[in-house]
Amino acid sequence: MIQVHPFIIFIASIFTSNMIFSNFLGMCSFIALSKEIPTALGLGIAVTMVLSFTTVLNYFVYWYIVLPLGLEYLMYILFILVIAAFVQLLEMVMDRYLPTLYYALGIFLPLITVNCAILGVSLFMVTRQYNFFQTLGFAVGSGIGWALAITAMAGIRSKLNESSIPEGLRGVPITLIITGIMALAFIGFSGMVQIQ
Amino acid sequence: MTKTEVKKIFTKGIYTDNPIFVQIIGICSALAVTNLMMNSLIMGISVSLVTAFSSLTVSLLKDHTPKHIRMMVQVLIISVYVIMVDIYLKAYMPEMSKALGPYVGLIITNCIIMGRAEGFAGSNPPMLSFLDGFASGIGYTFVLMSVSLVREILGFGSFFGISFIPETFTRWTLMVMPPSAFFILALIMWVFNNARLKRQREGVEKK
Repeated sequence: MIQVHPFIIFIASIFTSNMIFSNFLGMCSFIALSKEIPTALGLGIAVTMVLSFTTVLNYFVYWYIVLPLGLEYLMYILFILVIAAFVQLLEMVMDRYLPTLYYALGIFLPLITVNCAILGVSLFMVTRQYNFFQTLGFAVGSGIGWALAITAMAGIRSKLNESSIPEGLRGVPITLIITGIMALAFIGFSGMVQIQ
Repeated sequence: MTKTEVKKIFTKGIYTDNPIFVQIIGICSALAVTNLMMNSLIMGISVSLVTAFSSLTVSLLKDHTPKHIRMMVQVLIISVYVIMVDIYLKAYMPEMSKALGPYVGLIITNCIIMGRAEGFAGSNPPMLSFLDGFASGIGYTFVLMSVSLVREILGFGSFFGISFIPETFTRWTLMVMPPSAFFILALIMWVFNNARLKRQREGVEKK
């Protein structure tokens, strides 16, 4: 494994290997909740937060629990438990100490447990054998990249209401086509940095 | 369990209630593995089996699961089957396991399985739930195969890894890259939606 600088991984995971445009992770909520900018932004922030914390936690789980004890076959269960437990905990802490933030983001938190991007980033971290700082850069960058993608999408979709689209294309298909065009645009960044 | 019931479940899972076209769930993994047909076939079979068996288990345990922790129980049940599939692939098809990479593990968060467990298996007898999960999985496989058919023929000039288009034909590089998955899935959905809208309109006229 070539050692890539954490900052390069950070930039690359926002632009060139964006979770949505090149790895297709987190598509379900990306399509369902990208109708309005405030909702999209709220979800984006929540995902970034959960993603950063859980990936770092899973890093420790992987290197200090899974590997020394030889529990590779339990890796998936441990990761998903860490994610579910963390989301539950975050929900309780926010409810107690940050009620305004809780009311803004609260409804998105349970949805995040089943967001494939969260588990996906942890699994990519394992397959690519990142060290601690690389993991940190990768997790935060992926979260920001995801938030950027869903917010941009919501901006475009709010304009679509006024345009005439063929009946069969309305809703999800047109969203997919726009995502494809955005993915093409993001490929333009790929000459800049490359981590895969 | 009668024959018509079984038939109804299969038409629902594959066509009228197809998880990807109609319910718009499970798209994540549907797109990532569709550059080669072989990958999509293996992924489709894995998802069908996991969905079928986890629906069966959820349905068997439904009377013994407390309501407020049922999501957690479902996730654990699904993880167990996914781990089994993962170990099998690693042991018998190491190449395939490498090609699919983390996407095998991501079957856990595939909303189709959770959706079937929550929407059907939680309130139906075990055998019906098993068939229902399997039918949804087949519907998913069908979509995966159609997307990868287009991508593999245009991108690599082959069919199931067998090259049949002469080298002089320029490969369509875009088809190998991620954006094409979005475009092709959107086009297939468009065709399906048109068929559905037409059926609806005819239904209205008949009345």
